[in-house]
Amino acid sequence: MSLTVEAPVQANPVEAFVRTERIPHVWCPGCGIGTTVNCFSRALQQSKLDLEKVVVVSGIGCTGRVAGYVKLDSFHTTHGRAIPFATGMKLVNPELTVIVYSGDGDLTAIGGNHFIHAARRNLDLKVICVNNFIYGMTGGQVAPTTPVGAICTTTPYGSFDEPFNLPFLAESAGATYVARWTAFHVRQVTHAMTEMMRKKGFCFLEILSPCPTLYQRRNRLGDGLEAMKYYKDQSVVRHGANTKEIAISFQGPIVVGKFIDIERPVFLERMNKQLTRTLDAEYAGCVGENVCG
Amino acid sequence: MTKLTGTAEKAKKVRGIVHINKNRCKGCGFCIEFCPPSVLEFSDEFNAQGYHPPRLADGDGCTGCDLCGMYCPDFAIYAVMIKNRQQGSAAHHDAV
Repeated sequence: MSLTVEAPVQANPVEAFVRTERIPHVWCPGCGIGTTVNCFSRALQQSKLDLEKVVVVSGIGCTGRVAGYVKLDSFHTTHGRAIPFATGMKLVNPELTVIVYSGDGDLTAIGGNHFIHAARRNLDLKVICVNNFIYGMTGGQVAPTTPVGAICTTTPYGSFDEPFNLPFLAESAGATYVARWTAFHVRQVTHAMTEMMRKKGFCFLEILSPCPTLYQRRNRLGDGLEAMKYYKDQSVVRHGANTKEIAISFQGPIVVGKFIDIERPVFLERMNKQLTRTLDAEYAGCVGENVCG
Repeated sequence: MTKLTGTAEKAKKVRGIVHINKNRCKGCGFCIEFCPPSVLEFSDEFNAQGYHPPRLADGDGCTGCDLCGMYCPDFAIYAVMIKNRQQGSAAHHDAV
């Protein structure tokens, strides 16, 4: 191999955070999940967190594979149960930064109940949801996020169910940080991830990502690059927009931005407060008392 | 005579190096499409997986912004900035 410039060969910045022996990964050409992993690695760099205390939890699915590729303590859990698993880990060891990295089907269909209750209790979890509008790994079935009219293997005449508006769902359940970006907005995704890692409380980031093999192909929308161009052309940045009005329609405009950024006492703070009030001196405090105050 | 300013002088300098790991590439074209100075293009050769990896079309144009590295879903390309470096030969390095 020729080296034409006398410069120290620096490694790809993402490689410090990726298990390179497992590359090439399983994601299809044109899939945006790898792009979000790039953003995640840059965000970890910028947030300057102690990587010994960062944990990634994934469920099942294409995005669930992230746990297998990041060079951190990572857990690939059962379908839909990434949030319960992360909840247990956070409560036992509150000083960890627990990141749930999973797909739309895993988080909001199979794990939908866990998602809304973790948001309601304001558990200190950072939830990154890569939304490709379809069940990718199982063969392109309709997901709760599939837009009306989109064709999937289980909806050959077009989906007719109203999809979830994920930022609205997260906000109404009580999340303290809600944002939506696409795989095209790499700098903004990185910035949002950095903000989430520094924030306390239930944080939710939705990243729209192309699924060239199933969603794009079945709907005759071209390849991954076409999807990225669609995100570029049709995205409208509206920070602080009313989440009720930002539902996604089939190939329609996409409202992106940071919608919610509020403060609310987290689960452990509320528990400590309540138990101290009722039990007073008898209350021994939770594990990692210094952290949960 | 007025002194040449900014852009004319800067344009002569190589500002970034692109590192391409050809065998990791799956040919999605994100780096080529979204490169701000448009210095990348598909090469004619195939890699081990049968895709056409990108190559540097304009050696002096790379600014080292690393947007290709941010977009690449296969961790196959990245760019680094060179500071205070005069023009050299084509700023292109094939990572193994």
